[in-house]
Amino acid sequence: MEILTYPDQRLKQISETVTEIDKQILAFIHELEQTRQAGPGAVGIAAPQVDVFKQIVIVDVSKMKKPVDNHGHMIMINPEITEWDGMNMGREGCLSVPDFTGNVIRAEKIKVKYTDETGNKHEIESSGFEARAIQHEIDHLDGLLFLDRLVSRRSDLFKRKTYKKQ
Amino acid sequence: MKWSVLTLVGEDKPGIVAAVTQVLFERGCVLAQASMMRLGSNFSIMLRVSHSPDLDLRQVLTEVCKNLNLHLHIDEDASKKTPALDPDVQVTVYGADRSGIVAQVTSVLAQAGLNIIDLETDVGGSNEHPIYIMTMEGVASNGIEPLREAIQTLDTDIEINLDEINTLRG
Repeated sequence: MEILTYPDQRLKQISETVTEIDKQILAFIHELEQTRQAGPGAVGIAAPQVDVFKQIVIVDVSKMKKPVDNHGHMIMINPEITEWDGMNMGREGCLSVPDFTGNVIRAEKIKVKYTDETGNKHEIESSGFEARAIQHEIDHLDGLLFLDRLVSRRSDLFKRKTYKKQ
Repeated sequence: MKWSVLTLVGEDKPGIVAAVTQVLFERGCVLAQASMMRLGSNFSIMLRVSHSPDLDLRQVLTEVCKNLNLHLHIDEDASKKTPALDPDVQVTVYGADRSGIVAQVTSVLAQAGLNIIDLETDVGGSNEHPIYIMTMEGVASNGIEPLREAIQTLDTDIEINLDEINTLRG
């Protein structure tokens, strides 16, 4: 599938809750995963990046060159972050923002609830790089890009904070 | 269109960026990367500018440079639109201020394969006990390990932290 790239305003659109995981949704998830794998080293993808405004993201940080804590390959339907803890700064890029990376502050640890593609509900605790990836992808569902959370390359972690755009 | 790199240096005062970029905009220039820094009370900016090949940038900027007392340097931009170079390592260095910190640290790291992309240093602390602080980002062209080994060889009065930058792509 084709990936929307900013300044396409569709990336700012808010995604809807998935009410039923039917064949169509499953077929879409398969295609979304193919698209993620085709992207250069993408550890995640969100449905709105391919012009589908449903609350579906895929995150998989289990194949990093340097291994990080992870929960394997996750298909997250209607994901919701319920707890945040700590913060750290990291560098992010995005399939929807080619040729640019920037520093973003994210929660270090999160609790997230989601439904998988078989309809099972999960609640996991994630930290570090995986937590960052989950937050990055869930932002897409709210019409937010990492560009909305950029901090200066020269700024220290606690000098500034970014807040969600109102 | 032609690409040029402008370097402007002078005493800092409010409004320099606005004044310079307004003149450039009025003459149809398009800005790409820019980096401004204030060092002490000195202003400096480098700008990559694309413009009509007929445009005499020096002439365009003569008045604003005169008014703001800026030195202008113009180079042809050889880089065109190069893909961004992504740093994979961040180094912070600090210690009681003394001469030679930058030279020692950077030469050891350069030998171990570090290509510095961004560097900033400052002096803080009290007047009696100044401390020197340096932060850098770069590409570890031989991987991180040689850099870790290299910093072991440095004088122990300097604290060095080396962190991997693990860029997330999603």
